[in-house]
Amino acid sequence: MNRTKPIDGELLRLKEEIRQYAVDYGLVFDPVIFEVCDYDTINILAAQGGFPARYPHWRFGMEYDQLSKGYAYGLQKIYEMVINTNPCYAYLLNANHLVDQKIVMAHVYGHADFFKNNFWFKHSNKNMMDVMANHGTKIRRYMDRYGQDKVEDFIDNVLSLENLLDINVLFETQEVRDSRREANRQAIAEMGSEHSESDERSQALRSFMKSKLNPNREAKKNLSPDEEEQLQEGVTTENSSPRDIMRFILENAPLKEWEADILAILREEAYYFLPQRLTKIMNEGWASYWHSKIMTKKVLKASEIIDFADHHAGVMAMSKQNINPYKIGIELFRDIEYRWDTGKYGKEYQECTNMAAKQSWDLKLGGGREKIFEVRKTHNDITFIDEFFTEEFCERQQLFTYKYNPRTGRYEIDTRDFEDIKSKLLSQLTNFGQPLIEIETGNFSNRGELLLKHIHQGVDLDMSFAAETMKNVYALWKRPINLLTVQEEVETTYVFDGKELKPLS
Amino acid sequence: MDHPIKRDHSRFRKIVKGKIRDNLRKYVSNGEMPSPKGDGTFKIPMPQIDTPRFKFGDRQQGGMGQGEGEQGDPVDGQPGEGEGEEGEAGNTEGNKELEVELSLDELAAILGEELELPNIEPKGKKSLESTTDRYTSIGTSGPDSLKHFKRSYREALKRQLATGSYDFDNPVIIPHKHDMRYRSADSKIEFENAAVVIYMMDVSGSMGDEQKEIVRTESFWINLWLKSQYKDIEIRYIIHDATAKEVDEETFFRTRESGGTLISSAFKLCREIMKADYNSSEWNIYPFHFSDGDNWSTDDTKLCLEILDKDIIPESNVFCYGQVESRYGSGQFYKDLHSKYGEKNDAVTLSKIKNKEAILDSIKDFLGKGK
Repeated sequence: MNRTKPIDGELLRLKEEIRQYAVDYGLVFDPVIFEVCDYDTINILAAQGGFPARYPHWRFGMEYDQLSKGYAYGLQKIYEMVINTNPCYAYLLNANHLVDQKIVMAHVYGHADFFKNNFWFKHSNKNMMDVMANHGTKIRRYMDRYGQDKVEDFIDNVLSLENLLDINVLFETQEVRDSRREANRQAIAEMGSEHSESDERSQALRSFMKSKLNPNREAKKNLSPDEEEQLQEGVTTENSSPRDIMRFILENAPLKEWEADILAILREEAYYFLPQRLTKIMNEGWASYWHSKIMTKKVLKASEIIDFADHHAGVMAMSKQNINPYKIGIELFRDIEYRWDTGKYGKEYQECTNMAAKQSWDLKLGGGREKIFEVRKTHNDITFIDEFFTEEFCERQQLFTYKYNPRTGRYEIDTRDFEDIKSKLLSQLTNFGQPLIEIETGNFSNRGELLLKHIHQGVDLDMSFAAETMKNVYALWKRPINLLTVQEEVETTYVFDGKELKPLS
Repeated sequence: MDHPIKRDHSRFRKIVKGKIRDNLRKYVSNGEMPSPKGDGTFKIPMPQIDTPRFKFGDRQQGGMGQGEGEQGDPVDGQPGEGEGEEGEAGNTEGNKELEVELSLDELAAILGEELELPNIEPKGKKSLESTTDRYTSIGTSGPDSLKHFKRSYREALKRQLATGSYDFDNPVIIPHKHDMRYRSADSKIEFENAAVVIYMMDVSGSMGDEQKEIVRTESFWINLWLKSQYKDIEIRYIIHDATAKEVDEETFFRTRESGGTLISSAFKLCREIMKADYNSSEWNIYPFHFSDGDNWSTDDTKLCLEILDKDIIPESNVFCYGQVESRYGSGQFYKDLHSKYGEKNDAVTLSKIKNKEAILDSIKDFLGKGK
């Protein structure tokens, strides 16, 4: 069943042309394979996170449902999709105009360059196409064996943890992984004929074997009470990060083999998508910068300029409700380029009090292009905003914050103050916009209960969601789940004991 | 073979339907009615079907935007709306509330399953006969507007190949008149069954907004069920205090009159409508009457019973009376009907609706007989 097909003819020629421009501008990327498909296929791919094969799960069906409707009502249309693999795969919608295809191609080369060069993508698995397909096969097999409902319920529970990731895990170096793999290999050898769905290409198995290795579970039976106590205390977060909650559950919860395997699979997929969540603004900004540059300087024909401008403006549209990452990203890259071209940075410029001089400041340094290449290499959204988001920029972009006014029942513009906006922006980006939750201990009150701690940074958790989430975590941990958080400025510990959520008295 | 995502999709639909069934009571008693859309489907808001996660409370969080405006100006819409047009999958965080669409039949099926409603046996052989034309076959004659180009072309191609006039180097096909093919209709006789629902409501002073809301919700679900059972359905509305008049749906639920209550006035009007427009041998007739149970006098109640007995009940599938509890109502009319017709009368269904929570049970009372 071939729903996508390789490009040929004019598109292939265009691709070569645009690729060459991208190379000439200094972009460095893995080969990109473009394929064309119809809108239904692109909806399917988008629903599955860009990948043609995933494990069976209803939420992909839900995404697909919504995307299809969005398309049918003309509300939204996916123009482009590119996935971070080597080679990069990118999809073109067959119904798009040629000028759209050009924009998409140029845009995709921007992404491809970003994927290859940005630091946060350094350790992502470039083979993910195969890995995802293998994950699908494995989970399908588990479904055949243990029943679809059972496996799907388990996946539902695990997905509740999917946003609780530790970004430092992205920097696990090859050596760390190698040493773990070595340990696993030994473990496999020791366990002899122990079998499970084995698959060399899957990272998941390795972390799963690791969990088998964990002495807490294996050796517990023949320990003296004393030693056991020691081990119980060991059920903290000694060897894994307190924020890598999926890993902690994997290593310490009473899971069956297939459950542990699926959890490891889902964890691997979650971490694969993490860098994209950390660099949304930069990634889109960078790609938009380059599609704009390549199109306007090189590719566009005079007859296409209106269509290009229209579509580009559509993508860059500002919204009062949201920050458009495309818009902020491209503007910030352009601003950086401009500032480093003219020398509008550094102590001397900052301390200059003559407004006229500041306005016409131009040291003719011309280092802008080089600077943005450096930025795209080393930054993520937070550091990007933190370092380059200036007051002038903020004003020019007409940014504001808004908040809910209980008196009028509306959301209203709160402030245009630079410091406020910047700190709000940063706090929204902190931990990719997710609450910071840490494992405090896996043996709370010495009763084997899990204690999670919410690092409160000014915004409370939505407790009804938290209750549902804890219910799902309970299903994994099988002992009460405690959550230490702050609600309306009071520090409270909530406990979910399998029946209901209540404050711990 | 279909793409595997279609299986995920039907799985999702199944979950949604299950969710709606579980929450049906809540929907109904909250008076949250699915909003009908033009194409015969209904939209149902569906909170929390997505995987629960730890997340920030929305209101406190607020958000950021770009554009004109002074401090204190409202930001139109809600955060999360108008998410970027272009998006890479896998990394957009949606706060979107899910809205699912169900067709009338699906929704009715859920209602039917939840309440264990039996299917209605339409009144015997007296169903309407109608012919419908479906353009499913191909003929050799017809108007140009129904010309089937592909078939015509194929005929011409066949002929040219057969006669050897087809030139491979210059593959021009010229159809002759007798090559032409036209879409043509097959006539089918279908048996339709038609139904009419006549809603009568007391709008005198004692029926408050809450009571009307109950009637409104209840009639929505009753209509939904009957629509799924009959191909063709008409709905008529009568309001009454001391006098009765026929109104449209809007007015039916809006009007509030003061003054006395003569239920017989409504029954009289109902009788007239039935006589004038609905022959009971062809129509399945459902008169519904809602009131708070007050009637002006016992004489009038007597008159009511007479009309019911003589003219309305014999002609109807079932006569339904719903008594909505109100602070002012005495509830006498229910007692009167009850003493006459009792619990287990096939032709008359009585139901008391205490409050919004009771709506669903009352719907079951009305429709549970399968008539």
